[in-house]
Amino acid sequence: MRHLIDPLDFSVEEIDSLLALAGDIAADRTRYAGLCRGKKLATLFYEPSTRTRLSFEAAMLNLGGSVLGFSSADSSSAAKGESIADTIRVISCYADICAMRHPKEGAPLRAARYAGIPVINAGDGGHQHPTQTLTDLMTIRRRKGRLGNLTIGLCGDLKFGRTVHSLIKSLARYEGIRFLLISPEELRVPDYVINEILRPKGIPFEEVTSLEESMPQLDILYMTRVQKERFFNEEDYIRLKDTYILTPAKMSLGKPDMAVLHPLPRVNEITLEVDDDPRAAYFEQAQNGVYVRMALILTLLGLAPQQKEV
Amino acid sequence: MLNIDSLQNGIVIDHIKAGASMAIYDLLKLGKLDCCVAIIKNARSAKYGKKDIIKIDGELEIDLDMLGFLDPNITVGIIRDGKLVEKRKLVLPKELRNVIKCKNPRCITSAEEGIDHIFLLGENQRYRCAYCEQEYDARTGKRS
Repeated sequence: MRHLIDPLDFSVEEIDSLLALAGDIAADRTRYAGLCRGKKLATLFYEPSTRTRLSFEAAMLNLGGSVLGFSSADSSSAAKGESIADTIRVISCYADICAMRHPKEGAPLRAARYAGIPVINAGDGGHQHPTQTLTDLMTIRRRKGRLGNLTIGLCGDLKFGRTVHSLIKSLARYEGIRFLLISPEELRVPDYVINEILRPKGIPFEEVTSLEESMPQLDILYMTRVQKERFFNEEDYIRLKDTYILTPAKMSLGKPDMAVLHPLPRVNEITLEVDDDPRAAYFEQAQNGVYVRMALILTLLGLAPQQKEV
Repeated sequence: MLNIDSLQNGIVIDHIKAGASMAIYDLLKLGKLDCCVAIIKNARSAKYGKKDIIKIDGELEIDLDMLGFLDPNITVGIIRDGKLVEKRKLVLPKELRNVIKCKNPRCITSAEEGIDHIFLLGENQRYRCAYCEQEYDARTGKRS
């Protein structure tokens, strides 16, 4: 049985195949409308989430399946002290597949070890968020037509931003990738990203602090929010939260075919005026999140059309 | 040098960093054995200047992974009929299970009891928690 716990659980070929399926779904959603009829998705959300949970639920409903679950630890048996191992073994009796979000890192992996159904990591603390990575990859591929030969600027909180680490890991597997890592000193990418991913693979990268100077070089600009919940010290958060704000003036420095991505929610790191720029791809990214989750559910349940032919 | 009778059948844990033998004695739970165990501290070593040695007079399954993690320079000699029949060089094990604990407060192992603490050896000879990927530096013994 396959699970998706880490973005690298799927090979490059498997990701290409999944993104192709997601692209097909985007082109004609009605063809896939009934493929999960009679199947149930359990959404086990131990911490609040709006987009990710609704995106999973929308994906399953679009496929004709149904959804059950909970949206906070307080309304689950965790409040009574039940272990993840026990919870997932029970949920395996009720549902065909599950998406789990948990504040503790590694919780979905723990669940996968005891599950009788595929487990999808829908975010585990500051650790991994693989379906966001798939969403990002799909958006880049649809905008640029490729996942290689790109200069990617990652801007903002590169230290705590789990989407950033996952995206670097995933894009590092493609040819011709170059990264500009744009952050204040306090929020630069962890050393392991540089020493274990970028340097060993010989991937060109620069750590810089100026967004303006980076803009002309970028094919993709990936903006991130400085996340209050990742800081132990509120003073640090207040000092760093407004370091980078993307405005129309900064957008004017970028290439005409650049694409701006953001995992959302944004606070003020992208001004509302930028939304009207055709290079703003973040709401399209949210739509792609539904398609890619539909493709993932079909794939993990063995219901993708090409899988059924085999 | 102090004389310790040669072993007929047993194990010699040699090239222990001077002063570390008692920690290894405890970790391998050698105090629970009924057989004769000798600890030699600060023995002369051509290679290290000083070293510790532990001699165990009896058959025993040694946790080589644990020893390899503690100090990959340690050697383990198997003695049969008074002769050295096997000398095992240690390496850093690929997986450590319940040898070190993940100290990341955000890790699931810190929230639920009864979960094995599993660390996997990665590049640069560093261990990462299998759950949260928090790094443990095997050379310094510190989390980074």
